[in-house]
Amino acid sequence: MIKIVKRDQPSRAIFFLTPILAIFLTLVAGGLIFYIIGFKPFEALKFFFIVPIADMYGFSELLLKATPLCLIAIGLSFCFKSNNWNIGAEGQLTFGAIVSGGVALIFYEQEGFYILPIVILAGAIGGMLYASIPAILKTYFNTNEILVSLMLVYVSKLILDYLVVGPWSNPEGFNFPETRQFSDSARLPILFDGLRIHAGIFLALAAVVASWFIFYKTYLGFQMKVSGFSLKTAKYAGYKGKKMIILVFLISGACAGLAGVGEITGPIGQLHREVSPDYGFTAIIVAFLGRLHPIGIIFASLIVAITYLGAETAQIFMQIPKYTGQVFQGMILFFLLASDYLLFFKIKFTGLKK
Amino acid sequence: MHKIFIRSFVSSLVFLFTLTVAAVAKDVKAAFVYIGPTGDHGWTYQHDVGRKAVEAAGFKTTYVEGVPESADAERVLRQLANSGHDVIFTTSFGYMNPTNKVAKEFPNVKFEHATGYKREHPNVSTYAARFYEGRAILGTIAGTMTKSNVIGYVASFPIPEVIRGINSFTLAAQKVNPNIKTKIVWAFTWYDPGKESEAAKALIDQGADIIAQHTDSTAIVQIAEKAGVYAFGQASDMDKFAPKAVLTSVENNWGPYYVERVKAVANGTWSQKDTWHGIGDGMVVISDLDSAMPSDLQAKVKKLQADLASGKVHAFTGPIYDQKGDLMVAAGKTADDGMLAGMMTYVKGVEGDIPK
Repeated sequence: MIKIVKRDQPSRAIFFLTPILAIFLTLVAGGLIFYIIGFKPFEALKFFFIVPIADMYGFSELLLKATPLCLIAIGLSFCFKSNNWNIGAEGQLTFGAIVSGGVALIFYEQEGFYILPIVILAGAIGGMLYASIPAILKTYFNTNEILVSLMLVYVSKLILDYLVVGPWSNPEGFNFPETRQFSDSARLPILFDGLRIHAGIFLALAAVVASWFIFYKTYLGFQMKVSGFSLKTAKYAGYKGKKMIILVFLISGACAGLAGVGEITGPIGQLHREVSPDYGFTAIIVAFLGRLHPIGIIFASLIVAITYLGAETAQIFMQIPKYTGQVFQGMILFFLLASDYLLFFKIKFTGLKK
Repeated sequence: MHKIFIRSFVSSLVFLFTLTVAAVAKDVKAAFVYIGPTGDHGWTYQHDVGRKAVEAAGFKTTYVEGVPESADAERVLRQLANSGHDVIFTTSFGYMNPTNKVAKEFPNVKFEHATGYKREHPNVSTYAARFYEGRAILGTIAGTMTKSNVIGYVASFPIPEVIRGINSFTLAAQKVNPNIKTKIVWAFTWYDPGKESEAAKALIDQGADIIAQHTDSTAIVQIAEKAGVYAFGQASDMDKFAPKAVLTSVENNWGPYYVERVKAVANGTWSQKDTWHGIGDGMVVISDLDSAMPSDLQAKVKKLQADLASGKVHAFTGPIYDQKGDLMVAAGKTADDGMLAGMMTYVKGVEGDIPK
């Protein structure tokens, strides 16, 4: 007989084991799907998860792809830990890119060491400003931050469209929707010749360290966790709830804004309509897969990043439809949420009774 | 003895030569990078039809679909160049900078970029189609078939390509019906069935009884079918999606160009080019005309098609006036390619402003 028993307390071991279980189940289900649609499952999984990072270039591309995901997910973990559902990181990324791109365009003919710091700062401020909208509306007008932050994503994309089509479009660009290229001084330095991995990775690593310190070594981090568990308790303890909400949104917005800066001043080098292939939304999966823990988020961002690279390789070498990458991302989240069941319940095997 | 030896030597040389030529020709591999899914029945679908023509001509091909114009494009291009592809077709405007960047690193690989203008390295060519010629035909049909004299037009982005299409369409419609008005809705997307449907509905509500589109999904012709108005297919023959509504479609026919360019790579005759082909070269194709069109209109359309193909008629022949009434092209003159390439003003008869 199999019995399902409620746990007295959520299991801590299971808490960190379920992401691994989810990844394992995703691989099994993925292999099965490959088999069903007519591909050799092991070969397909090899092209999906091993071939893309088998050389130095591939590995650097993995880091390049994981950098914005990690940065945004770290920011989101501040919000999610304290029960603030910021779904609009994509918008904060876009707005950060707009502000920093605007500043970079002002300096398009100039060179100088001072340009890049201003451009980076502008991106962080842009993301913070944009994140402050749902935060302020939530604290002072009691609006639902999920809806507001999500809707603002579309607003930010329309603002970007407007700017690159109209006032900011490259005067020598035949009215195509893109800006001028930024000057070299406004670009993040490349770390190795011939690879695209850029200094933005240090921003992500700094965010990881800072978030770990804040979560586990400061009173502020403790307050955030308490508010996450129970707002009433937090109030009873005398924590300033409104300030907390605004603070976590600002941190989250700054991280997303910086991710935007990393894209446009790193590999892209200009503003156009597609600065991000929905990093802001994918980072939500990354944050949960990483269990909102800084180290977990590093691993999660690498795993999700490889689903993008793997989808390309699998299509080039095996003609597997590229959209299977998204299927993998969806499956990871699905299996993670499903296996969370084990956090609260345990399965007991008992002997057969006669 | 001596003679036989020479003969066999020569013939074996010839044999070897043909063998190597054949081997080289068959070994050329072409890659295609797509912005959307191959099943969009619009832009990407037609490029993939072109790719299949290359396969049919005996070459190996690879494609990658749904490649965003973000930082990812460069990685996909580099991977294709690195994995033994000799020519890479990048089929969306946003791939322009990554294409030129990767082309610099792989001088032995040929790159063909659709709809762009940058050819920074000798191994980069650009190509595009004169879709505005097809739109002149659609305008002629719309101007004749409309009863409300209001024609709806779902546009994607305010770039010269799209403005040129709107103008060509409107000019041709005015020629057969001076009273028509072209109403534009900007969808700000190339492919979004939801947004395109909304745009089409809004235009029908404003009295449009014919809807033209410069977006790629089949949503608009299906809305038109339901509402009982006419529409035109975009990029591929969309007749089967809305048999009553679709009067004809302007098809993008990339196959002949793709085969020609891949063969040129195989023969070693490939060189940098900027191609802008229209109806005459077969890159723009008009689908079968619907039986709802009266026979004299059908005849007129066929003649216009032939005249555009031969160059006897140019879609932009003066006098052409802009919205304010200022002269754009003098009587008897035609717009040159430079003017067409940078066209960012509406002609008279188009309603509204270009979003800035």
